[in-house]
Amino acid sequence: MADRMADRTLTPTHPLADRRGLLATVADETAGAVRLELEAPVAAVDLRLDPRGTGPAAVAAAIGAALPSAPDTWTAHPTGAALRLGPDEWLLTSTAASAEDWEFHVDEVAAAHGGMAVDVSAQRTSLRVRGAARELLSFGCALDLRPASFPAGRCAQTLLGQSGVLLVAHDVDDLQILVRPSFAAYVADLLVDAAGELVPQPVP
Amino acid sequence: MQLIACPWCGPREEIEFSYGGQAHVAYPEHPASLTDEQWAHFVFFRDNPKGPFAERWSHSAGCRRWFTAVRDTRTHRFVSPPEMTS
Ligand SMILES: [Zn+2]
Repeated sequence: MADRMADRTLTPTHPLADRRGLLATVADETAGAVRLELEAPVAAVDLRLDPRGTGPAAVAAAIGAALPSAPDTWTAHPTGAALRLGPDEWLLTSTAASAEDWEFHVDEVAAAHGGMAVDVSAQRTSLRVRGAARELLSFGCALDLRPASFPAGRCAQTLLGQSGVLLVAHDVDDLQILVRPSFAAYVADLLVDAAGELVPQPVP
Repeated sequence: MQLIACPWCGPREEIEFSYGGQAHVAYPEHPASLTDEQWAHFVFFRDNPKGPFAERWSHSAGCRRWFTAVRDTRTHRFVSPPEMTS
């Protein structure tokens, strides 16, 4: 029993690990127009906090950057990103801390200001779309994804096909899709299928 | 499909929202003292106006917030800017 407890064989795997090869074929088939990549899991907490109180400033000091104040925007902090999900809700990620440490670190500050942070590292998984990302996503998403209305620094919770997603704009040709693990395969297959529309056609 | 203006996210497609029925239905102050008929009126009876109707909506596929909006039941148009309330 003691042996079994010491044997920590549970390592996180990406929910789309078995589709890694399929996603990689998209770059070749679209002649480099679109590239789909899986992103490594990160520590993430859901932060609930009164936006009018002293909490946001205190959390900002603890993570090293201001929290995004406008609806549907995100900001980078030294080890990750802060995304505003609602009036009193943020998603804070970190690539440096473990999930346990990140939850403890943020919750300790939030709790002192009447808020709370809960570990949601396993709640979403991440896909990165580079190249003609906006064109590709427009096949299944009703948002106006043109750079003028969805510029870098914006994020949005919306629907991609039938699945709820959190879209994050990094650049004109660089979008990130955060999706529930159980919907991730559906979204991946939807994107691979839509990418077929971007395959260059031979001129007759 | 029409757009509904979420007070937090801005205009989004109707499919992202779910309907929560008539707004401003107050929970009875002393539920235990109601007769069955009074309780039934609270639980089941709703206005059904032809015209402006204050309703609860949830942006369930977006920010997941509830808000109150006034919709004209004849045209399905939202007639006033929605307000966010808890
Ligand atoms: Zn919303």
